[in-house]
Amino acid sequence: MEMRGITKTFPGVKALENVNLKVKEGEVHALCGENGAGKSTLMKVLSGVYPHGTYEGDILFKGNVCEFKDIKSSESLGIVIIHQELALIPYLSIAENIFLGNEQGARGVIDWNETNVKAKQLLSKVGLKESPGTLINTLGVGKQQLVEIAKALSKQVKLLILDEPTAALNEEDSENLLNLILTFKQQGISSIIISHKLNEIAKVADSITILRDGKTIETLDMKADEVTEDRIIKGMVGRDLTHRYPERVPNIGETIFEVKNWTVHHPQHLERKVIDNVDFHIRKGEIVGIAGLMGAGRTELAMSIFGRSYGRNISGQVFKDGKELHLRTISQAIDNGIAYVTEDRKHYGLVLIDDIKRNISMASLPKLSRRSVVNENEEIVVAESFRKKMNIKTPSVKQITGNLSGGNQQKVVLSKWIFSGPDVLILDEPTRGIDVGAKYEIYTIINQLASEGKGVLIISSELPEILGMCDRIYIMSEGRMTGEVSREEASQETLMKYMTKSRG
Amino acid sequence: MAALKSLFKNNMRQYSMIIALIVITLLFQILSDGILLKPLNVTNLIQQNSYILVLAIGMVLVIITGHIDLSVGSVAAFVGAISAIMMVDHGMPFWVALILSLLIGALVGAWQGFWIAYVRIPAFIVTLAGMLLFRGLTMVVLNGQSIAPFPKLFQKMSSGFLPDIDGSSSIHTLTVLIGVVLSLVTVVQEIRNRRAQLKYDFEVSPLPLFIAKLVGIVAVINVFTYVLAQYKGIPFILIILFALVVVYSFVMKKTVMGRHTYAIGGNEKAAKLSGIKTKRVTFWVFVNMGALAALSGLIYAARLNAATPKAGTNFELDAIAACFIGGASASGGIGTVLGAIIGGLVMGVMNNGMSLIGLGIDWQQGIKGLVLLLAVGFDIYNKNKSA
Repeated sequence: MEMRGITKTFPGVKALENVNLKVKEGEVHALCGENGAGKSTLMKVLSGVYPHGTYEGDILFKGNVCEFKDIKSSESLGIVIIHQELALIPYLSIAENIFLGNEQGARGVIDWNETNVKAKQLLSKVGLKESPGTLINTLGVGKQQLVEIAKALSKQVKLLILDEPTAALNEEDSENLLNLILTFKQQGISSIIISHKLNEIAKVADSITILRDGKTIETLDMKADEVTEDRIIKGMVGRDLTHRYPERVPNIGETIFEVKNWTVHHPQHLERKVIDNVDFHIRKGEIVGIAGLMGAGRTELAMSIFGRSYGRNISGQVFKDGKELHLRTISQAIDNGIAYVTEDRKHYGLVLIDDIKRNISMASLPKLSRRSVVNENEEIVVAESFRKKMNIKTPSVKQITGNLSGGNQQKVVLSKWIFSGPDVLILDEPTRGIDVGAKYEIYTIINQLASEGKGVLIISSELPEILGMCDRIYIMSEGRMTGEVSREEASQETLMKYMTKSRG
Repeated sequence: MAALKSLFKNNMRQYSMIIALIVITLLFQILSDGILLKPLNVTNLIQQNSYILVLAIGMVLVIITGHIDLSVGSVAAFVGAISAIMMVDHGMPFWVALILSLLIGALVGAWQGFWIAYVRIPAFIVTLAGMLLFRGLTMVVLNGQSIAPFPKLFQKMSSGFLPDIDGSSSIHTLTVLIGVVLSLVTVVQEIRNRRAQLKYDFEVSPLPLFIAKLVGIVAVINVFTYVLAQYKGIPFILIILFALVVVYSFVMKKTVMGRHTYAIGGNEKAAKLSGIKTKRVTFWVFVNMGALAALSGLIYAARLNAATPKAGTNFELDAIAACFIGGASASGGIGTVLGAIIGGLVMGVMNNGMSLIGLGIDWQQGIKGLVLLLAVGFDIYNKNKSA
């Protein structure tokens, strides 16, 4: 497969400029680049989302020039794309989803036996031990991803395109998925994988193409060249990034925030303890991390503390500056100087149809108002100052947040919470789905907050991030704290050991 | 010129609505041989549409929060019926009945708001139930009969006019004066806003453009009041409407409560996690809708001078259509009070104009339906183009 001289323009922007991409048969090809570099656009061109004629350049598949009218025509050649946001229908079964739009049967009547038998075969190929009749919404994200792949296989896939396949998966599921891609490779299925996780790319890819600002920068051969993570990053950002985590001299003071005997029950299954008797504390100017596998209860812990926004039958004590707090609602938590930056900025962090300034002011409108009347001019001034301070890349604070890239959206969410004037910030996956350059900026902001004497709690699934940023690390597993290590003692291995420690 | 262009582009939606209203008005003005904009007919237009416009104001709030209210027509009928029983059967003074009626409307709103905000039953279902329930209750309290006539003072609310200061001239002097005062207030307000923006070093539209805008606004206000002055002056109902529009526009644009309402419609979960009391705001939006539905019912009863079991039928549909023609988004978070009013006027002018040129009710319905579809279609087409 080859793409030659692809140029795609949107009104006002040149998203792709003369991009070349060559994927050999039976190889795993990684596509890297910062957010907005044009990876997804390129893949949409390849899969026919943008039909022939809306871009310049040629697509060659097995030596023939292809002119895809739509996704169907690219799929008929065996090019299948799996998008970052999974396209499964939650209330249908696995089998129904696999054969959606490709129903097994004759003359519009579905043959359910055939459907289920075929689905079963496909599921065994991807190593998913579920009955084909299981509803999608009962599966976790990792398993849903496998269903998507099974769906791709059902279309006689020759070239599988995966857009950020492991972004939402935990380490174990990611591992499975990557192995699966390697198995497919042996069966002659080529893959293109878009990922921000460089260690994964290093593991599975045979060659790497790096995009930057809509242009091909280089294609690296993993076997021939000496390719390190730093080498890839250099290609992506166009400069050497010697430190992925900014330097910082911690200046740690007294305990500012403490949680004792915190127990939370599941909102529906009341008998289930999601958080079981957890203690932790944060000191002034300290960055504390919470590591754990997905489902360990980290987000639930944070949200239950943040004005009981999660869970029921919550018991335990919260202290700030030695005084006990009773935080029954989110606004009480905010008033007491606690901020929680959600892991899912699109669904829980931003009003995507609203502009930057209104999003920044949302949690602290009373600060901008007199007798409940909002001073809109003052609001613009505040938003402008955050735009400069946080380096939010946008021409105006009147820009709609839905149009911003992930990194800039995250900066808007952070601005919102910094503007609320917190003493304690809980950051849940602060750099998820953000490119390397923006990550560095966000780390710098976090360090800045700590140096101002605030207490920062980082929840992250990326161990290098936790290790690189935190002064002290708590590890959670199955709703309990299974360990606490200092920066000096911490290593990926020790964290993993505590993270997988089960109730026995 | 570039400034004008960007100004137009940024306010495309708002301007296109106003332009649509002007085009429709001119079209019927020509088709009806100039009857549409005769002073008598303009006054009629206001009085005929007032109760829908009142509903549209409440409805646009409901739609901004991402809900819908199908019950307003029935609630209006129900409150109209109760007010008739209070005033006609029991001879209660008009103002006591008025306040009690509004309270009953608010209570009805609270009832529905409770199920929607706290029990989280979809508003479509709760208010569909409310539509049936309150229509039924209307028939129960009226025993299927109409009640009439209302006290004179109450009727005045819908059909009365502001008295003139001197009764002699053929022109309603007070109305003209009010127009002048109103223009002055607007001009001062606009200049103040501009000064504040300049103080903050913000970009403002160039001075000639600003002056042209002021001249335009002043002209519109004074021509309008002058037209009204040629008949009987300003109807009482216009004052009520004007006050509602000013207050609600202000609340939605400038206050914390308004901002919270938009935020909930835009993304309820994000709003909640930002400390906004989403349930409470939603609840009060429905309480408000109930009170405005009650007001609408009172205005309608006063205009008809009777409470009937069939009052308010299909009001909800007109109010909802007004909001959507006026640019509100069905998925919430977008919409303005002024937009809803303009949408309501588009419908009102069309109703009136089509009647004037002798189109039957059958065709009127069909054409209104098409206009709703086209207006929203045009909106979505524009959005896709700009995205």
